[in-house]
Amino acid sequence: MNIRICTKLMAGLAIAALTATSSLAQGTLRVAMTLADIPLTDGAPDQGTEGVRFSGYTLYDPLISYDLSRSDTAAKLRPALATEWHPLDDDKTKWVFKLRQGVKFHDGSDFNADAVIFNLDRAFNKEFPAYDASFERQLKIYLPSLKSWRKIDDYTVELTTKGPDSLFPYQMPRLLIASPAQYEKLGKNWDAFREHPSGTGPWKMAELVPRQRLELLPNKEYWDPARVPKLDRLVLLPIPEVSARTAALLSGRVDWAESPSPDTVEKLKGAGMTISTNAIPHVWPYTLSELPDSPFADIRVRKALNLAIDREGLVKVLNGLAVPAVGNVSPQSPWFGQPSFKVRYDPDEARKLLAEAGYGPGKPLKIKAMISTSGSGQMYPLLMNEFVQENLREIGVELELEVFEWEALRGRRRVGAQAPENKGITMLNNSYSTNDPYVAVLRYLTPEEIPPKGSNWGSIRDEEIERLAKEIRSEFDPKKQDELVAKIHQRHVDMANFVWVVHDVGSRALSPKVKGHVHAQSWFVDFSPISIQP
Amino acid sequence: MLFYAVRRLLYAIPIGIGVTFIVFSLVHIAPGDPISALLPNEATQEMVEQARREYGLDQPLLVQYATWLGHAARGDLGTSIGSGRPVASEVAGAVGNTVILAISAGLVACILGFLLGIVAGLWRDRPVDHIVSLITISGVSIPHYWLAILLVIVFSVDLNWLPPLGIGPDSSGGWRPDWPHLSHLILPTIATAAIPMAVIARTLRASVVDVLDQDFVTTLRAKGLLPRRVLWHVIRNALPTALAVMGLQLGNMLGGSVLVETVFAWPGTGFLLASAIFQRDLPLLQGTMLVLSMFFVLLNLIVDLVQSWTDPRIRRA
Repeated sequence: MNIRICTKLMAGLAIAALTATSSLAQGTLRVAMTLADIPLTDGAPDQGTEGVRFSGYTLYDPLISYDLSRSDTAAKLRPALATEWHPLDDDKTKWVFKLRQGVKFHDGSDFNADAVIFNLDRAFNKEFPAYDASFERQLKIYLPSLKSWRKIDDYTVELTTKGPDSLFPYQMPRLLIASPAQYEKLGKNWDAFREHPSGTGPWKMAELVPRQRLELLPNKEYWDPARVPKLDRLVLLPIPEVSARTAALLSGRVDWAESPSPDTVEKLKGAGMTISTNAIPHVWPYTLSELPDSPFADIRVRKALNLAIDREGLVKVLNGLAVPAVGNVSPQSPWFGQPSFKVRYDPDEARKLLAEAGYGPGKPLKIKAMISTSGSGQMYPLLMNEFVQENLREIGVELELEVFEWEALRGRRRVGAQAPENKGITMLNNSYSTNDPYVAVLRYLTPEEIPPKGSNWGSIRDEEIERLAKEIRSEFDPKKQDELVAKIHQRHVDMANFVWVVHDVGSRALSPKVKGHVHAQSWFVDFSPISIQP
Repeated sequence: MLFYAVRRLLYAIPIGIGVTFIVFSLVHIAPGDPISALLPNEATQEMVEQARREYGLDQPLLVQYATWLGHAARGDLGTSIGSGRPVASEVAGAVGNTVILAISAGLVACILGFLLGIVAGLWRDRPVDHIVSLITISGVSIPHYWLAILLVIVFSVDLNWLPPLGIGPDSSGGWRPDWPHLSHLILPTIATAAIPMAVIARTLRASVVDVLDQDFVTTLRAKGLLPRRVLWHVIRNALPTALAVMGLQLGNMLGGSVLVETVFAWPGTGFLLASAIFQRDLPLLQGTMLVLSMFFVLLNLIVDLVQSWTDPRIRRA
């Protein structure tokens, strides 16, 4: 072989190698999730909000979704596969949804009213041939008001609620619409559907390797031209171990790592990574038992604990990966109201209130709290609870921490403070999502929510809140709705039903190559505007 | 010999059943509700109870166990309640990945352990022996997950020589013995091989020292045999003990390491087991444990058979 051919060959190889690297690098975003497995890809993602974030709103659309395009305000509802919705004037239990026309599933079939009805039957009609228990399990809790559904015409459906429920639209974002045609094509098998999913979302599935990765490609025919993904490929990797996620980002194996731990923040920043945070709809409080034998039946004790916690100090310990909470929602939220009780750090006032309630050096207040070692939304429970324990010691309160594994704690939560196994325990450290008015306030505060039926762990009963809660269900004007939620929340803070500590900030560490990321005030992310700088 | 093999095979059955029963009970004794992990965080107690009935988990434990064992006997390990995929295929995939790691780490551990052991034994109490001792003591003392994290920090984060996790590059299809895949294998191999390598080296050193002190070695030397030939005799006599240890270590590695696989997000049986535990995925947990315990029982059986084949005294015992 002569030298010229050899040189040409080498040059050719070099160019081939270069193009290969650049085509790989251009526009592939690799994300390290905190999950141990790929969330279900069939339109009913498991594994909580992170599951919905990565295999829900990527592959699928709901009828009503969230506006994730802004970071300066809480994510609001916006039309997705439904263009408009309203209850009937003469019967407020019947909601009419007008559906978007011209939308196609990834398999090419049309989205229409039949598809919506199919998915509702899939979830809640046990007689339906395509009934899917897994779908029902994931969805049921989020659609508590839904009673029945029917098609009116090809692009209109009518959903009926159990009673008038003005908050019904807030329940819709979890109902993702999967393709009936694809289900038929795959031999009517939901297991097969998970391998070959088809939704209407901005991303199509390219490859799913269980427990290793989920690869998505942009849906170039997405119905919303503004949200056609810019990336060439989105790769999602389950990496449950936090140090492994950090290492993956630092070594360039991924471009995006969810939930870095506070002790890695400095190192990541030092390596040029961005730590992106924003107030997300989440609260990390202590839920208190207000049963007659609990010290928290006395509002002065509840207030004292709220005044004993040095929230700023805790945020510092967490390297900024939290914001202080002075209510279930942040003071900027339209749902915050104007509570007269100011949640703050004031140990002197706290000691005074405790003394009024009959506690002091001679008779210290002893309480027991249930906490978890880890868990969805629980942040860094051991560290944070020990910090609070120290705070309370300073005002003369002896807090005993009873530590549970996460699933065990959830079990204790669901049975309520009145259950025999929870005897002697008057505080529960369980974080909550505060996405919509129901999960932000209502579900913890009314008597019909006392376990086993609902989530009012501490048996809170308050006549004013009960009256307002009834009122809100029949208030269909969104502005007035917000005002009512604010009134309930205001009362909730004034009654100091919880001990508020912090909100999570949905932290993620990003490589400087990631462009166009908008950190919405939400659990969810729109990957469409994101690109990768080569 | 055949009778012995059949008898040992029959012993394996009650052992396997015993192991599965213990696994089954442990999972149920552990606090926390397997059903609760399946449901969204906000689920109420009523929903949990409904799901429990649907899954038959309200039945007495023994009934559940019998049902499960019946299915397992027919090769049906059930469906993972987390992923909805058949447990058998999940486990099969994970075993494949663990075997790759075990073979690689096994080779490294055996070769290095063998060489280090021989060198240390032959040059007992010399500087080289002390150096080997230092290596092997570190090997058995350093927790392998800590070593794993350290390797990642040094070779992936700081030097950026090797990938920190995963089994291969993205979009690469199945595992192939090419450089992109092999580069992913290096760090997990070192972390997995450290302990077995040290154990093998220490065992072999002890055996070599032992053999060297025996009279026949003196005789061989007195006969004027070349040192090379003497060495050959020493190794042959020291080998059986080392081989037994190597077999056991390889067995351990085939079981997969929960910690190393988690640090490297290596999708083997250890990783599978860890995620099954955290997700309280009962069918997956039981299926994986069943397959792994059967694996160990089988491996023990093979070791026994090989030993009895080489040493008839065992067969008669």
